[in-house]
Amino acid sequence: MTRVGFVLANLFRRKTRGTLTLLSVVSAFLLFGLLQAVHVLFNAGVDFVGAARIVTQARVSFTSSLPLRLLPEIAAIPGVSQVMHETWFGGVWQTNTPLTTFATVPEQLHAVYPEWVMPEAQWRAFAATRTGIIVGRQVAAQFGWKVGQKIPLASNIYPRRDGSKAWAFDLVGIFDGKDDNWQRQTTQEFINYGYFDEENQFGRGNVNIYVEKLSPSADPAAVARTIDARFENSADETKTQTERAFNVGFVKQIGDIGLIVRWILSAVFFTLLLVVGNTMAQSVRERIPELAVLKTLGFTDASVLGFVIAEAAAFCLIGGLIGLGLATGVGALVERKLGGFLPIQVDVGVWATGIAAMLAMSLAVGILPALRAKRLNIVDALAGR
Amino acid sequence: MWNQALAITRINLRSIPQRWGSAIVIVVGLAGVVAVFCALLAMTEGVRATLRATGQPDNVIVLRAGSSAELNSGLSREDVTLIRGAPGLKRDAAGRPLASGEIIVVTELLKRGETSGGANVSLRGVDPQTAFALRPHLKMVAGRRFTPGLRELIVGRALSRQFQGATPGETLRTRGSVWTIVGVFESGDAHDSELWADIDVAQSTFGRTGFSSVLTELDGTRGARHEFEDHLTSDPRLNVDVQSESDYFDSQTRTFRATIGVVAGVVTFIMGLGAIFAALNTMYAAVASRAREIATLRAIGFAGGPVLISVMVESLVLAFAGGAIGVLIAYLLFNGLTISTLSDNFTQLVFSFRMTPRLVARGLLIAIVVGMIGGFLPALRAARLPITTALRAT
Repeated sequence: MTRVGFVLANLFRRKTRGTLTLLSVVSAFLLFGLLQAVHVLFNAGVDFVGAARIVTQARVSFTSSLPLRLLPEIAAIPGVSQVMHETWFGGVWQTNTPLTTFATVPEQLHAVYPEWVMPEAQWRAFAATRTGIIVGRQVAAQFGWKVGQKIPLASNIYPRRDGSKAWAFDLVGIFDGKDDNWQRQTTQEFINYGYFDEENQFGRGNVNIYVEKLSPSADPAAVARTIDARFENSADETKTQTERAFNVGFVKQIGDIGLIVRWILSAVFFTLLLVVGNTMAQSVRERIPELAVLKTLGFTDASVLGFVIAEAAAFCLIGGLIGLGLATGVGALVERKLGGFLPIQVDVGVWATGIAAMLAMSLAVGILPALRAKRLNIVDALAGR
Repeated sequence: MWNQALAITRINLRSIPQRWGSAIVIVVGLAGVVAVFCALLAMTEGVRATLRATGQPDNVIVLRAGSSAELNSGLSREDVTLIRGAPGLKRDAAGRPLASGEIIVVTELLKRGETSGGANVSLRGVDPQTAFALRPHLKMVAGRRFTPGLRELIVGRALSRQFQGATPGETLRTRGSVWTIVGVFESGDAHDSELWADIDVAQSTFGRTGFSSVLTELDGTRGARHEFEDHLTSDPRLNVDVQSESDYFDSQTRTFRATIGVVAGVVTFIMGLGAIFAALNTMYAAVASRAREIATLRAIGFAGGPVLISVMVESLVLAFAGGAIGVLIAYLLFNGLTISTLSDNFTQLVFSFRMTPRLVARGLLIAIVVGMIGGFLPALRAARLPITTALRAT
């Protein structure tokens, strides 16, 4: 019998106990996988924005507007290569599904966000169609929208000039992200600012934020300071930060999701430590005479210690891998069912953290019983003392 | 039978201290599940309590039709005049309707301990003549009210504790103008997360001419709400929705509460499964270690039923103890803990975790259910032990 076989055979020598212990580990890691994926999701908009972009908002808050006339002034600041602006439309699909819709200028969007991938013909159509809307792949898939369709949207902020809230747009393009991270963000829609500004009932020429793409050599912090200094003490004071900081700030407003996830996971793992630790302790206690026989046969103290640790590791790894596998499946299912609204993915990063957790866990639960097995005195153990 | 069950149960429970090691697995397992469950739901209870407290029974809020939050709403000066002229409103001593036209402006403040970033908070411009009369529970706890016509602010107590630069004497710079904070108020509801200023000053400072909402109090006669609402909806010049103030605030964090509810459900379900496996494990081990004892009892005439009951009771007692510890942990660590989240108004709502009796009951119920399921199969095995082989067990 090989050593691996020996360890595995011992795992299930008491079938019920082995299976139940394994199942506890599976449920713990299922939860770990899902929570970790949610955590990653909330930080997702944050980590991958590598491009040198900065965001300018009104100093009061990004819900206050800035006048459109700042655009040429910002564009003239050294280091800024392209500028675009975005305005939150407050789009609502059917009765109550809020959408992430922004009014912007098609050519500017195309220039500042090369990460959105769409056929050139559709970019041109977007620029040429005043009532045009382009939507992310995930939204299109979610609602089954096709190019050429009329999309009726309500706005929970902007009534049209005739007082009605019912807007309608022509779907002229569906965009993808340049990679997986960006694809996950394709839950947005963009409409034409020109049409929006003319058709809405309120003030003309206001926007929510400006996004500046910087030239490669520019220092983002310095450009941001220059922009803010430019408008200081005017009626439209600005606050400029990197796109990453802007996104972090946005997520942080919802609450400290990382903290909640950490609390839950520590409760889960503390419990798990006890469950598996108890099983290991029991199993070693019952096998004391056997372990003594092993030692009598010539196995060293170290290899007996190794056997026990390996057993603990087998529980954690087998259970953990099954649990993470399940989490991956559940995540994929949730993503398919809910589409863009909860695109959780149990990805490589989650697996890596998970495996690290399994290894740490193995050592934590295995070490005490293993030391006990190592220190066994053959004579006492065989005599049952 | 009940005497037998009682006798065996007593023996079982007394022997627990001799096998703490495995018994503790059930206790700790359930303490974990129940603590997480209670902590998560204490959050939604806290938000609910904060918002439910907002709103006097006869107060109604008028928003532009279709606006889900004050931030999205907009009313013109003419709209406000028309609303104030509607019938059914309570009047003050001078005969003026108790109605406050208000605006919400979102402003950013740094949370305590932060040096960059900033979170959105609501700055509410209110009509100093009526706003305080409409919210009689609002009390100044430090400083004084703002002086109409001056750039002065009063801040909610919760906000003042959670954010920097929001205590009396400090100044706040917005849009090229400087505000002085002159007082702190407490209302025990959503307004505790707001900054308040004189409406006229707020409008001129932020370049607004309109209003976000009108808060008003009905005169309390039967049908006043109907009369008021009918009058507004039948006026072709107005396009507004009327809601009771408490309904409006209750709707403000529905998404947040629903999300936390789902998270709590999923997490509790998976952790509960894990706890059931652990409980099964413990109880099987308990039965196995007492096999000879149980067989002896059966041999001297105890029936299977009492044995089954005794194992179930043991599992339930351990699970219940775990649940109680979990509730206690959640209470000690989280009850009263103050945090904030984003409301539908896109601003921070400060609230405290609240452990309600209902929540405690639900937590303990979960513990009992897990204890039942975890105890049943081992109990069945105990009751069915073949006496002769079990007696020979070592």
